[in-house]
Formats: sequence, C-alpha cells, structure tokens
Amino acid sequence: MSTTTSAAAAAPTVTAAAAATPAKPKLKTSAMIASFADPGQKTASAPFGHALVKAAQENDRIVGLTADLGKYTDMHIFAKAFPERFFQMGMAEQLLFGAAAGLAETGLVPFASTYSVFAARRAYDFLCLDAAEPNLNVNIVGGLPGLTTGYGPSHQATEDMAIFRGMPNLTIVDPCDSIDIEQAVPQLAASDGPTYLRLLRGNVPTVLDEYGYTFELGKAKVLRGGNDVVFISSGLMTMRALQAAKALAAHNVDVAVVHTPTIKPFDAATVLAEINTDRLAVTLENHSVVGGLFETVASAVVTAGVGKRVVPVALPDQFLDAGALPTLHDRYGLAVDRIVAKVLAELG
Amino acid sequence: MTITHESNTESAMPAGIVQDRLAHVSAAAYRIRHHALNMGEVQGQGYVGQALGAADMLATVYGDQLRFRAEDPHWEARDRFLLSTGHYAIGHYAALAEAGILPVQELETYGSDDSRLPMSGMSTYTPGMEISGGSLGHGLTIAVGMALGLRHQGSSARVFNFLSDGELDEGSTWEAAMGAHHHQLGNLTAMVDINALQADGKTDTVLRTEPVTEKWESFGWYTQRVDGNDVGALLAAFDNAAAQAAAVGRPSVILCDTKVGRGVPLLEEREKAHFMRIDEHEWQVCREQLTAGYEGKASA
Ligand SMILES: Cc1ncc(C[n+]2csc(CCOP(=O)(O)OP(=O)(O)O)c2C)c(N)n1
Ligand SMILES: [Mg+2]
Repeated sequence: MSTTTSAAAAAPTVTAAAAATPAKPKLKTSAMIASFADPGQKTASAPFGHALVKAAQENDRIVGLTADLGKYTDMHIFAKAFPERFFQMGMAEQLLFGAAAGLAETGLVPFASTYSVFAARRAYDFLCLDAAEPNLNVNIVGGLPGLTTGYGPSHQATEDMAIFRGMPNLTIVDPCDSIDIEQAVPQLAASDGPTYLRLLRGNVPTVLDEYGYTFELGKAKVLRGGNDVVFISSGLMTMRALQAAKALAAHNVDVAVVHTPTIKPFDAATVLAEINTDRLAVTLENHSVVGGLFETVASAVVTAGVGKRVVPVALPDQFLDAGALPTLHDRYGLAVDRIVAKVLAELG
Repeated sequence: MTITHESNTESAMPAGIVQDRLAHVSAAAYRIRHHALNMGEVQGQGYVGQALGAADMLATVYGDQLRFRAEDPHWEARDRFLLSTGHYAIGHYAALAEAGILPVQELETYGSDDSRLPMSGMSTYTPGMEISGGSLGHGLTIAVGMALGLRHQGSSARVFNFLSDGELDEGSTWEAAMGAHHHQLGNLTAMVDINALQADGKTDTVLRTEPVTEKWESFGWYTQRVDGNDVGALLAAFDNAAAQAAAVGRPSVILCDTKVGRGVPLLEEREKAHFMRIDEHEWQVCREQLTAGYEGKASA
C-alpha cells in the first residue's frame, strides 16, 4: 500500500521495537452496496421508492415488480404502500421482465427492479422482444449501475448502457441524484415506450437543487458556464464533475458542466452547441469507455461534421477489480482528484 | 430415494459410517465455522449466517469426499467443486483453508483491497475456486459442461456443484437439470443448501420452490433430502451418491436442509436475514458459543 511505504520512508528514525510491531493497517473492505455519498453530504432516503409511491397515487395503472431485490432497489417502499399492486417474482429475471411485458400488454404500467447486470445481461432477449419491439410501457429499474459495488464483474454493470443503447425504442436515463430520480419517475411512467433507469438507491445525494435545475426527459441542461473547459456528464459523474469544476477553479480553470441524464434519445443539439467551441471538451460517465456517453457524444459530434477532440473520463474496457468503492473509483479514474489531474494534464 | 431428516438421525446412522469419519468431518466443520466468524469480524458484516449454515456440507465434501491435491489445485484428475453461489465464498474460503489449499493466515484478508479472497467468489482470484459464481444460476450449467468434458476425455473425476435454494428460482438451473439427465451425467452431483432464505425474505414468501424433492426426482435425478447440519446424514447421502456415480448414469442431487447461523445459538435465534447484523462486541460471544457447543457435543 502506497501510504504505508511513504510513511515508512518519511520516518527513517523509527526505533527497531516500533518497527517490529507495526500497527496493522486497517484493511479497506468492499461492501455489497457501498454509498458513494461523501461524508456529511445532503442526501434523500430511497428517492425512487417514494417517487414511485407518489406517481402510483396519481396513476392507478402503475404496478411494481422485483426479482428478490425489493429491499436492495428501494422497491420495498412501494410494496409496503401498495401491497396489492406489488408482485414478487422471485430471483428469476427472465420471468420478471417477460411478466412485466405481459402486465403492460393488459394496460398496466409496470416498474420492474433488479440489479443492472441482471436486467442487461440475463434478461436482454425478453426485454428486447417482449417489451421493446411492441413498444410497451415497461420500466426497467436497474440497481448498481456502472461501478457502484466492489463485488467484481458479477455485480458491476460497467457495460449496461452499451448493451441497452442498441435496443430500439428504449429510453435510457442516467440520473445524477435524488432530484433527478424524483422528477424522472413520473415522466418515465407517462412516456409510452420502454425505459431503463440507472437506479441510485438508499441514501442518495441531493446535488442539483443548488442549480435551479429541473429534469426533463430527453433534455440536457447546462448547470454552470465556464470559459476553459466543458464537461458533458451523466449519472453520479455529474456530481463529480461539479466537484471537479469547483476544485479546478482553484487552479484558475473555468469549467462549464452540461448534465445529460437522458442518454437515449440524446439531446445532441444542446450538447453540440456547448462542444463546438474552443474549450477543452471532456465527457464523464460511470460506465465503460465503450458504448456509453463518450461514444454517444462522439457519434453526435461526427454526425454533425464537427471536427473536435473529446476526452473521455470513463471506466476502462476491462473487467474491473473487486475492492472498496473509493479505492476502485480512484484506481479507475472516477474520483474527483483523478478528474482534476486529467484536466490539468490535458491543458498542459 | 429420499432420506428424510427423521429416518437419518444419529441413532439410526447407517452402518459403515465409522465414528472417526464423523469426528473428522465434525472437527473440520467446527474449524470452518470458526474461520468464518473471524472473517466476518474483519468485514463487520457479510454472509456469516450462510457460512455457519453450510459448514457441515462444505466439511463433508472437502473433508471426506473430494479428490484433490492441496499443493496442486489444478491437478488434472481432481474432482471439481463448483461454487455457484458466489456470496457463499466466505464459507468456501474457510473450507479451502481447512483443506490446505489456502493458508489459514490469508483468510483475514477476506473482502479487502487486493486480497485473493473477494467477497464474491471468482476463479481468477483464488486457488481452488473453479468458477466465478455470483450471478446466481450459472453453476449447474457450467457443471454440465465440465461433467460432459471430463467424461468425453475419459476422466473419472466427478463434478460437485454447490447451489443455494434461491438458485432454484432461476430457469437456467432447471435447463441444466434437464441437460444433465439427458446426457446421463452420472459423474455429476449437485448439493443444494436449503436454508429457506433469500434476499427479500423467507424462500416461501419470495417464490415457493417446494416440493423440491419431487421436482428433482421428476427431472430424473437420483434425489436425497437430508438434514444438512447432521454430519452423519450427510456422509450417508454422499456415500450413496458416490455408489451411484458412473460415467453414464443418473446425476445425483443432495438436498440439504440447513439452519442459518448453525452452531452459534445467538445467531440461530436472531431474525433470519440475508445480511446478518452482528455487533462488534458479539463476535467473541459467537466464537465462545461455537466452541462450547462443539466441545459439549464432542464430549457427550
Ligand atoms: C442472477 C442473480 N439475481 C439476483 C442476485 C442478487 N442476489 C444475491 S443473493 C440473492 C438471494 C438468493 O437466494 P439465496 O442464495 O438462497 O440467499 P441466502 O440463502 O444467502 O439468503 C439475490 C437475489 C444475484 N446475485 N444473481
Ligand atoms: Mg437461501
């Protein structure tokens, strides 16, 4: 561990006795569902569950389903409020989404939750043909999107957007915080076709309230202006982008932040207007560099004939390690310090 | 055939199970539980309840049944033990240490950064871990392929697949069950930990999988159901499965009813939860209760 090494190097006068009994370094451990909220940060509890309850009070066609992950996707809030409109499908994800399609065929509006990996990888065929092709109002709720667990590849949905972006008719939303989630849920219910929400669960940071922001399905929003750099970000990386922008101000770097919570259909017009300037353009996403926000932006740029370099902050194209979430966010470049360093290096 | 809990209590232990096998496996199970408590304490959380529940199953397989070489985990002729239920890795690591495949010392790194023992079992990290489980419902499909592949190449090695009762929810498990029967994989043994629990609560409130015995029987498997915390019953069941084992024959399943937290009364009595909460001061109490129970039984 680098901290141990540098501490030892900085203290060459340490006595032999002390050196013989070094304090055992406290091991950093990986929790199943680690919070990415910073200590002391303002959070809201289970925003998805509460938003779904509220939407369901207004729309009695909304029903909830899960595949043995109600407690872990905040669906248990809905189950408690509307037990007769909640269906526990067991740990059977193909059934979960096939049945969600069936419910939608009868005119109901299902929200079906599991982890993103199981929705994207295991149930894809069922979602694609049973929900998306008939363009049904099936709402996929995927927990642990991107790198939000230290459990290794079985639980890290690093390529969920890459998988889902290829599915015609599907709307994809990558929310930043509790505000995004609260405002997105009723809009997802109201939109006709299938949707995929990259769920943030538990105590979810509240960030966007400071920016006079409202979520509009299909729209990107400029959260702050800046003369030197423009960040295009989605999901929890918008929170990191805003933090990095503040940190870069201390280096006299002025950073604009554009939040693009809807990945598909993508608001290319807003993003291109911001990118087509002299500023350094950086995309930031909690997802593999393959097939996510970076490539969405890149294709919009190329399609419009804009000759512009775009720098990705994204997860590498590899199976990621298991470990503690802060360790991994640092290792793979999602931590604020790593973003700041990358931008400073780019600016030279 | 079905060995029920009642018909296979210790007093009715079938002849041929000699006392020293029982003692050997029971001692291994005790150490596996002890290791699991130590690992759980480092994490302060985790799947200790499952590890305690499954310790007797793991001890029976590693202590009595499996052919392996501790110093050469990749020995070609080894029997394969596939942990489908990735989150049970804590129990499996303890069993691998008990088997001499992992150093006991290393167990304290469980779930820590840069450890070879991640929270969810992965073959790329750990000697003796044959597959990466964790996305539940994969293990038996891989086991079918391994059993086919070994038989195809003339190997007499057997394949054991550990599943949880939650994995019976997945359609893939039953695809594999049919495949194993169709291909007459007599070299395959599945062992299911029926702890009646899954993530959202008790199995019968999440998805009713019973009658489990009849399901496996109707899928053509040689089916036994035992008290998975009764070492004598487990040894008898594994002996029966071994006697059945053949290159071409019926696959075998041992359905093991277990108790979450088994061996530690404090945890046995706690409300059952997928993540069992154990407070900092309780770990030592757990170890003491475990040891007292084991020594009490051993001297009885
Ligand atoms: C395919 C898949 N779906 C969902 C999960 C999330 N999950 C992890 S453990 C678990 C419960 C499974 O039941 P079981 O293994 O019997 O649970 P336990 O006895 O350990 O409580 C679930 C739903 C998963 N790991 N894999
Ligand atoms: Mg279970």
